[in-house]
Amino acid sequence: MTRYLLGRIAQAVLLLIGVSFITFLLLYILPADPARQIAGRSATPDTVETIRKQLGLDLPFHQQYGRYLTNLAQGDLGRSYAQKTEVAEIVAARLPATLLLMTAAITCELIIGLGIGIFAAVRQGSRSDSGAMVLSFVGVSTPQFVAGILMLYVFAVQLDWFPVGGYGEFRHLVLPALTLGMLGAGWYSRMMRSSMIEVLTQDYIRTARAKGASERRVILLHALRNALLPIIAMIGIDIGLFMSGAVVVESVFGWPGIGQLAWQAIQQVDIPIIMGVTLVAAVAIVLGNLVADLVAPLVDPRIRIR
Amino acid sequence: MISFSKHKLATAAAVFILLLLAVAVAAPWVAPYPPEETFFDGLTLEGAPLAPNGKYWLGTDLLGRDLLSRVIFGAQTSLIIGVVANGVALTIGTLVGVTAGFLRGWVGGALMRFTDLMMCFPALLLAIVLAAVFTPSLWIVALVIAMVNWVQIARVVYTQTVSLSERGFVEAVRSLGASSSRILFRHIVPHLLPTVIVWGTLGIATTVLLEATLSYLGIGVQPPTPSWGNIIFENQSYFATAPWLVFIPGGAIVLMAVAFNVLGDALRTALDPTLKDRRA
Repeated sequence: MTRYLLGRIAQAVLLLIGVSFITFLLLYILPADPARQIAGRSATPDTVETIRKQLGLDLPFHQQYGRYLTNLAQGDLGRSYAQKTEVAEIVAARLPATLLLMTAAITCELIIGLGIGIFAAVRQGSRSDSGAMVLSFVGVSTPQFVAGILMLYVFAVQLDWFPVGGYGEFRHLVLPALTLGMLGAGWYSRMMRSSMIEVLTQDYIRTARAKGASERRVILLHALRNALLPIIAMIGIDIGLFMSGAVVVESVFGWPGIGQLAWQAIQQVDIPIIMGVTLVAAVAIVLGNLVADLVAPLVDPRIRIR
Repeated sequence: MISFSKHKLATAAAVFILLLLAVAVAAPWVAPYPPEETFFDGLTLEGAPLAPNGKYWLGTDLLGRDLLSRVIFGAQTSLIIGVVANGVALTIGTLVGVTAGFLRGWVGGALMRFTDLMMCFPALLLAIVLAAVFTPSLWIVALVIAMVNWVQIARVVYTQTVSLSERGFVEAVRSLGASSSRILFRHIVPHLLPTVIVWGTLGIATTVLLEATLSYLGIGVQPPTPSWGNIIFENQSYFATAPWLVFIPGGAIVLMAVAFNVLGDALRTALDPTLKDRRA
């Protein structure tokens, strides 16, 4: 068990080092010259050269990577070209909004997705099952911006139930969280359905039924616990999907998180910001996977024995 | 009952895809107007887009261009990217997966660790970074998407190759003295085909969605070349007064992605013998 935990943690650390190398490599091969960007258009070649020296851009590749790693370890993600401030500060200021949206979206996703998945599995082979699965196909096939604009059109413009955009109150959170949640529920419902169907064929379910347990009790008490296990492993993947979705949904709804930050950075070709958000997202995915790996043996004793 | 209704759905998806393909190929003849032509009578006196009418069946866009023609040529863009990007992703993914799965050892280990590493990056953000490196054009967008999407295919093909090369029949031909390349090409690769076909079909849906999103963010296919994503990007400020400008191309994206997802899923049930929920 300890070996399992240590192994997973070591793996996560190695992945994080790999992540830092990839982001550094991308920055290194980028055609935009950071020294020139920071110096501004009117700077003399001498100034640009001085800044280049300051940033260590004249050093060989491995020394530059060493500097980059040292900076990262101290929480230094570089400076934004457009805003002339620390990327780490800008990203940190935007993070709470994204975390709030993520919590709300994943809650919606689980409620809608697991609900539909269980419903479809219990009625396996019926019309409502195929209906639910068609619905899940629509969920995984709709781009977030189309769903987001549709939500805005129906609930903000036509019905006027929610504001078109903004941040700060609960009513601002509803539409972006629902947009992400409904689409993400597509994956969850398919996963949940097949997992549940698998569990329902097992012997202990037949035993429970034979002992006269009600169908509701069999499904919700006996089957659900085991059917949820593969869903936990989805946490890491889900954070990745969420981060991609956040860029789009936050810019559609004007939600001031790191997704909108990345979108604004695209317009200004502010590469340090884009790389900062990418790095934060990658770290979140690695940590999400680690959490899923650490939680798995707590809920599934079979892993503990291995 | 379920298999019948699934067949019906999959058939409908296949028919829709063929229809879309025909329209995209015949776009210059099917589209009523050139997609990039702006019409003097294509805007109201106030300069707003026209609603659907007798002359412009789906109305006009913010520059007074015919929306129907742009959507038809947009289908061309989506399918070109879908086929090219997904073809490249499938090739890279399959090569990496087969090589890693067949060779194992440190080569295989290194390839798969690299694949794991790439999986830590959200696809869209990675595509954004890559799109910022290169000036976007149709082919660059296709390449960027391929560079992001090969990862998942590599994983699946790797797992499949490993489990195949541990099967009895592979051991049998090896003990009969078959060479490595013979085992690989005659006995393993043919068994990988169903997986590759399934993921190739599902991958087109993923590709189309990613292209639409990149174009919507303004870093995908660049106007005036129409793509469903950039039609929405250009016209979104009119979504409250002229919603068809957003929802017609949006609906087209959803229909196309649903069609490829449904077809891919049906192929998986039909072709993949290892599928767990087959009894479903």
